[in-house]
Amino acid sequence: MRSSEHRSERARVVRDGVSLGTAVGLYGVAFGATATVAGLSVWQASLLSLLMFTGASQFALVGVLASGGSPFAAVGSALLLGTRNTIYGLRLAELLAYRGWRRVAAAHWVIDETTAVTVRESGQELSRLAFVSSGSALFLFWNLSTVAGALGAQSFGPVLQAALDSVVPAAFLALLWPRLVRGADLLREQRIVAAGGAGIALALTPILAPGLQIIAAALAVLLGIRGSSSGSA
Amino acid sequence: MSPSTVWIIVIGAAVGTYLLKLAGLSAPPGILKRPLVRRFVELIPAALLAALVAVNALTREGALTVDFRLAALVAAAIALGLRAPFIVVLLIAGGVGALGYVVGG
Repeated sequence: MRSSEHRSERARVVRDGVSLGTAVGLYGVAFGATATVAGLSVWQASLLSLLMFTGASQFALVGVLASGGSPFAAVGSALLLGTRNTIYGLRLAELLAYRGWRRVAAAHWVIDETTAVTVRESGQELSRLAFVSSGSALFLFWNLSTVAGALGAQSFGPVLQAALDSVVPAAFLALLWPRLVRGADLLREQRIVAAGGAGIALALTPILAPGLQIIAAALAVLLGIRGSSSGSA
Repeated sequence: MSPSTVWIIVIGAAVGTYLLKLAGLSAPPGILKRPLVRRFVELIPAALLAALVAVNALTREGALTVDFRLAALVAAAIALGLRAPFIVVLLIAGGVGALGYVVGG
């Protein structure tokens, strides 16, 4: 009885992980297409998905390159967004408790989606199962769909291009959204910082070289930190 | 930008983002307990993601531009408010954007 419950629990964790990984992984089509339209080769787009494997940083990188930004701005915005995964790693370290080469391998899959499904589970066994099932499904489909998108984009007409231009900001909004709705940590600060970041970036767009306005927008964090130290806010 | 520069950017950024992931998984526990560190790391994605939304939806070649992308973004926000799954949000945004382009430009 106990063990059949346990089995069905494990099955649920794997099912959840794989279905999330598959659904989000298909979005790699949009990345592959965006990257090749931005001037990257199919190889470069595919290698980014394989080696970088963190969607927001990948989109930021090709976005800055597409708008003619400098290497510094492109890499800088990808790395700044990548700091998010450092935080996820801090949270996952205790749950997963991987050591040695397992940790070195697992680090590659520490991203938004795997973290979201892993922190939901309790206990090391189910956490690891959630992490591995979501990570493997997402890694597989993200990379396959990147290649498909990169190859497909070469035949894109203007209407599909418009659709793609519209998907990119929506994807960033979807990543941002959970931070802005009821139930989020530091909700008030998150909203202030988001508004500040958007405002700074728009205001600086006509002035700064492409991509640098994204990096400058990080300064909006100070709006959230100041609010806390005064205590009354 | 030369092809070799692009390769250096691709490899360099990939190595950097991997090391950021590994750093978190390897850091001593307790570092997140410092309130200022915690707050900084909790808030920085909001600033950057909001900036990326704004720049990708409202600018083109260094100038503020309102076009079909804004309509698509509003549709995406409505879908997110109704708790639509990620992939549905993107399909709606793409559909509205394409329609907006055909109808109005």
